[in-house]
Amino acid sequence: MSDRFEIRIHGRGGQGVVTAAELLSVAAFGEGRHAQAFPSFGSERTGAPVVSFCRIDSVPIRTHEPVATPDALIVQDPTLLHQVDLFAGFAADGYLLLNSGRDLGQLGLEDLCERHRPERLLAVPAGEIARRRLGKPLPNAALLGGFAALTGRLRLDSVQEAIHERFPGRAGEGNAAAAADCFELVAKRVGEGANA
Amino acid sequence: MSAGQRIRYYQVGTNAVGNRLLDPEERTVQARTDRSNAITSGHRACRGCGEALGARYVLDAAMRASEGKLVAANATGCLEVFSTPFPESSWQLPWIHSVFGNAPAVASGIAAAQRAKGREDVRVIGQGGDGGTVDIGFGCLSGMFERNDDVLYVCYDNEAYMNTGVQRSGATPPAARTANTKPIGDHPGNQFGQGKDVPRIAMAHGIPYVATGTVAEPHDLERKVETAMGMRGARYLHVFVPCPLGWGSASQDTIKLARLVKETGLFPVFEAVDGEVTEVSKIRRRTPVEEYLKPQRRYAHLFGEHGHPEIVERLQAMADRNIEEYGL
Amino acid sequence: MLRQMEGSAAVAEAVVACRPEVVCAYPISPQTHIVEGISDLVRAGELERCEYVTVESEFAAMSVCIGASAAGARAYTATASQGLLFMAEALYNAAGLGLPIVMTLANRAIGPPINIWNDHSDSMSQRDSGWIQLYAETNQEAVDLHVQAFKIAERLSLPVMVCMDGFVLTHAFEQIDVPERAAVDAFLPPFEPAQALDPADPMTIGAMVGPEAFAEVKYLAHAKQMQALDTIPEVAAEFEAAFGRPSGGLARGYRIEDAETVVVALGSVLGTIEDTIDAMREDGVAIGALALKSFRPFPLEEVRAALQGAKRVLVLEKALAVGVGGIVAANVRMALSGLSLHGYTAIAGLGGRPITGPSLRGLFDDAVADRLEPLTFLDMDWERVEAELKRLAAGGRSGAHAENILREVGVVAGRSH
Repeated sequence: MSDRFEIRIHGRGGQGVVTAAELLSVAAFGEGRHAQAFPSFGSERTGAPVVSFCRIDSVPIRTHEPVATPDALIVQDPTLLHQVDLFAGFAADGYLLLNSGRDLGQLGLEDLCERHRPERLLAVPAGEIARRRLGKPLPNAALLGGFAALTGRLRLDSVQEAIHERFPGRAGEGNAAAAADCFELVAKRVGEGANA
Repeated sequence: MSAGQRIRYYQVGTNAVGNRLLDPEERTVQARTDRSNAITSGHRACRGCGEALGARYVLDAAMRASEGKLVAANATGCLEVFSTPFPESSWQLPWIHSVFGNAPAVASGIAAAQRAKGREDVRVIGQGGDGGTVDIGFGCLSGMFERNDDVLYVCYDNEAYMNTGVQRSGATPPAARTANTKPIGDHPGNQFGQGKDVPRIAMAHGIPYVATGTVAEPHDLERKVETAMGMRGARYLHVFVPCPLGWGSASQDTIKLARLVKETGLFPVFEAVDGEVTEVSKIRRRTPVEEYLKPQRRYAHLFGEHGHPEIVERLQAMADRNIEEYGL
Repeated sequence: MLRQMEGSAAVAEAVVACRPEVVCAYPISPQTHIVEGISDLVRAGELERCEYVTVESEFAAMSVCIGASAAGARAYTATASQGLLFMAEALYNAAGLGLPIVMTLANRAIGPPINIWNDHSDSMSQRDSGWIQLYAETNQEAVDLHVQAFKIAERLSLPVMVCMDGFVLTHAFEQIDVPERAAVDAFLPPFEPAQALDPADPMTIGAMVGPEAFAEVKYLAHAKQMQALDTIPEVAAEFEAAFGRPSGGLARGYRIEDAETVVVALGSVLGTIEDTIDAMREDGVAIGALALKSFRPFPLEEVRAALQGAKRVLVLEKALAVGVGGIVAANVRMALSGLSLHGYTAIAGLGGRPITGPSLRGLFDDAVADRLEPLTFLDMDWERVEAELKRLAAGGRSGAHAENILREVGVVAGRSH
């Protein structure tokens, strides 16, 4: 039976948006699932808006079309808000994880909370967490930890194993720790039933 | 010539292929009965074809140097066409013709295959006319030089696209008439200020060996082939080969014209190692360019009642500049 | 071993497992990860006796392969789009000379306008070059086809291009089982050339042939491709026996047995097509698909057999023959001579425009209801086209179509896919 779950990740070139999708797929594979990750392709350029996709399912995935109706959105760069149509096709009961130190209200997304399930929409300071653990505000690994906690679709240790496989040594440890920090933060918020 | 040679040069000269006054070891490859005849008789070249002669000299010398382990890649052109009239072939070595512009790359591929198979003993020659080398094959030639692939590339330069009817190439000299640079109206034939000096470009790539030669001097040419074959890496040989048909010269003048182009200074004959000129073949008897130009109908418009002495002067100035620059 | 990896990386490993002796690399999106992957593996010593040659152009890439293959070495290269065009002369030469070169073609659109995204215009443009053309539906199949390609090529003395959708497959991370080196060694014996440039046994390759013999020589190239109609399924069967999974072959039917409507397509779009067919079957529609794996040689018999029971055929293609319409459709029609079916052609996905499930559903519904024009362009923005045609008709300096249309489109970043 298919239990297709589709994720769309938004960010800017250089922020590891493509890597994030790949790591999600590796984590899912590690849990014995079928997964597919691919970027929305373009010429190499830092700073430009980038989108990547990940599909996870318990049965083989045949289609390669872009994710049009994401079950989860990960937004790595809040400056994309109001610049790029981040929420196109966003499922009504979808999950949102947005990298920001401010809350969704402060980011002008109240109406989003009205149209979707507010307990599934979260802003987290992933860049800050990353800076503490890595020395650089690269939020992708942290957000993957947060994703695991928010959606429950992946285990934290699967995410961390994927991270270690991709990033050897200190980089791997820093990223895995950032993922764990963000996981804890989100798990706590989810537990509290908070929505911003 | 050996150091103890007592015979005066002009009595022997390089015209005398296989002269029996020479020590057997001093004789050319062409003089030997055991020469490979890499391009053997029966090909369909015009009488007096300088390219057929040049190819014979070069390939037999290369076959000797490589002990018969030589593979050739040939560009489209006269040499390819007249040597392989299906179902016959005059090639007695492994030989491939692919397309017009890729002979240097095909040669690179053959060399790569030998490396992959650990066959260091098998050597590779790429060859083509001026069109295939200077123009359409130039990108591939430069790539082969840049990679320093172990290929000896030989350009047989008869200064135009001959096989297609004598059209202008990047090697056509100024003032020459070709099918599309006719001296009509004010036009002097081929333009001044154009053209590519591929030997110098080859040197600019810093490849191990670059040399020029003509079919008038088989000893010199063979020696240069031998020197080249004694090295590894990218090597380039530019051979001046008169074309009686394309130039409108008498078929028996081929060797004479090759000698004259050197003696006037219009075609510097030299060797260069690692990008620097090391040897120059000096002019024996300085000759005015007219003597070289007059026997060729492609320069006929420069002479006679409606001639252009000012153009002849420009050509003389070019020759004089070469003599000075190269120390000819 | 099953691994979650990028399609290109998997192909690189598969190619290295086939022990090429000469690999030529010239970069072009979206093939770059493949040649980079091979370079890394060669440098890491994963392959002894492999010469990796960085060339100065695609024309040089194919030419170096020609020299290498003619000298008896197993040769490989990869390209896409404009690069394929740039090597066109050498492409025909390799096929005509019977050299078993294998090439990955990361399918990408041909410009102008310059476009780096996926469609089939590149491979379709060279369909008559004499090369065998195989199309992969998935990354797994792409990997498997490369292994089969070397065997097919060397058995026939004919070059093979393995087509895989650029970006869509090359840059997708999926689970792939890359064949182990030992298994590939058992499957693919060392290259025994039918002809070789060898000083010990000199031969002349590439003579000029006049009217007295050209037609026969040309026919023999065709005859070899006819032979390939047997060789391709043979090698596919050998592969399945050795590696335990089906892949390749000439064509594969999907829910086709009782289908009244059959969709014919090549490449990765078949995944989305199969999903759509499953949904329609749930709704009771008798629809199926025919996946073409080999486009050259074109499997006329297999296509005819698959379609003869159907009422209608919809050929979905990712290339446009400007001035006439469909390319694959024209080939399919040849197989249907004498049969009476409704035939539809839909051109989709040009320049990388995504082919979505909902769009396909709409298209298939229309086909089933015979509501389609013979030639359809899926998801075409007709308003924009009309506006541009109006501008042209108004005369004067109308400017370049691409720039005019992009001006209408506005900020590209604002659009979602």
